[in-house]
Amino acid sequence: MQSLSSKELSKRIRLHALRMTSRGGSSHIASVLSMADLLAVLYGEILNLDPSNPQWADRDRFILSKGHGGAGVYAALAERGFFPVEQLKTHYQDGALLSGHVSHKGIPGVEVSTGSLGHGLSIGAGMAYAGKLDGRKHRVFVLLSDGECDEGSIWEAVLFASHHHLDNLVVVIDYNKIQSLASVSETLELEPFADKWKSFGWAVYEVEGHDHEKIRDHCLKIPFQTGRPSCLIAHTTKGKGVSFMENSVLWHYRTARNEEFEKALKELEGEA
Amino acid sequence: MRDHFIKRLTELAAKNPKILLITGDLGFGVFEEFARRFPKQYLNAGVAEQNMSGLAAGLALEGRTVFTYSIGNFPTLRCLEQIRNDICYHQADVKIVSIGGGFSYGALGFSHHATEDLSILRALPEMTVVAPGDDWEAEEATEALARQEGPGYLRLDKSSAGHTARTGETFEIGRGRVLLEGDDFTLVSTGGILGVVLEAAKKLVHEGIKCRVISLHTLKPLDTEILLKSARETGGIMTVEENTVTGGLGGAVAEACLEGGVPPALFYRIGLRNSFATIVGSQSHLRRCYAMDEQTIVKKAIQFLGFKRKISKKGAAL
Repeated sequence: MQSLSSKELSKRIRLHALRMTSRGGSSHIASVLSMADLLAVLYGEILNLDPSNPQWADRDRFILSKGHGGAGVYAALAERGFFPVEQLKTHYQDGALLSGHVSHKGIPGVEVSTGSLGHGLSIGAGMAYAGKLDGRKHRVFVLLSDGECDEGSIWEAVLFASHHHLDNLVVVIDYNKIQSLASVSETLELEPFADKWKSFGWAVYEVEGHDHEKIRDHCLKIPFQTGRPSCLIAHTTKGKGVSFMENSVLWHYRTARNEEFEKALKELEGEA
Repeated sequence: MRDHFIKRLTELAAKNPKILLITGDLGFGVFEEFARRFPKQYLNAGVAEQNMSGLAAGLALEGRTVFTYSIGNFPTLRCLEQIRNDICYHQADVKIVSIGGGFSYGALGFSHHATEDLSILRALPEMTVVAPGDDWEAEEATEALARQEGPGYLRLDKSSAGHTARTGETFEIGRGRVLLEGDDFTLVSTGGILGVVLEAAKKLVHEGIKCRVISLHTLKPLDTEILLKSARETGGIMTVEENTVTGGLGGAVAEACLEGGVPPALFYRIGLRNSFATIVGSQSHLRRCYAMDEQTIVKKAIQFLGFKRKISKKGAAL
């Protein structure tokens, strides 16, 4: 494992993602910035992984169910040594393997390809169920967006996981409260969000989603309760780290170019 | 067919602990023994087919050979994207089993008529599509799919041609079976409607028409060789499927013959033509109403052969 601090890792994830999305002209930079701290703590300190052996049987599994944040996962994996950082330059380019939505094809460290919302949790539940059947100790982490909790399939999986006591399954929600066209509240209100998960039988904590120490402290308590799946609702800011992107619906799709790119770069380089 | 499927799956599960059966809360009176004998290889996912299919992908990525099971369109169309993205893209070892092909559940209404599944599942990359025509094929296909890694679809039917295997015959995915020899033209069938096709072929013999009958249990990968040979040798192909004629067996056979450079002089697709069945009834009743019963096949075949003879006479005169 590299000796990168989670702070340094989150900074690098943000910078890579900005460069990748701007170079390729892709969307979703704000979605990556929103979850960069979650990724940094998970990939930097929590997930039990071996970059030299990506298929190691006892590794923790990580699924990015909000596949549109793929640039962030690619950046985290590259920084953890799963593939060369140089390869990030190919993101979104003609003929590249690094797609806008995360894909496992030819990319060591990516467990599951996603992009259509509401798929990752069922796959993760299947992996966690297999882990229980086989008496294994690894955990399965699934990172969800808030908007994707509109999908009915999420709630099918939520029911399943608690019914089967999958305490090796961990959901982390990037709850930035903005979805594709408007805020979550204006689109489909999720509140009382934590209560929903609790009432479905999950053990739930809420955390400030950019506070590395608090995220780490909570992750070290997994499973939050024996016999129940864990849900960490991370209150985040969409576009975190770039002042003009924060809390703006615009940056779900917009690409930072020219002056916007330079300004964002400066802000992110000054971070940490 | 369902009983034959579960019988063989039970035998396979006893030998291979990696086999896991997930039902979408259906199969009353079918899975009790399986569940009792193999509690760690059986799971009821509830009435939640999207989750069932995603779970299956996750379990398969962890080394299981997973069979998902439900009826009609529930394990297929309801969760099509999970099948495409989670199962097919990941080449996950998941076999989707649907009981209720075509009008098997005819009286239950259109929601329970599986009449587009063959066309739709056939379009998915990585997917093997098998629609057995008789009990032997259903059993053998169960085992063959279990042994072949990757996504598969097994479409079971309430009707069946019984047992058509010859002594010592072996089943192979992607290899059609000639059940009756004949040179006048070829009847190609997929699924449980094979029984009707064989009966029609026998009637045609009384009319002096000897048609070749092929059970094309595997729709994908397609046995192009057997089709081109029959197109060449018999000059006419009629396909029979209890499915829309759009993109199913008929479409697949037409594509194979045209691309193979052996377009049959005559070609006709028997199946559901651009409609839903809006009335209900038994499987045999609906087959009659929607022109895929024995009489229709016989009638079409006689017409068909009449055309074929005219064409060949013209050809001879030239």
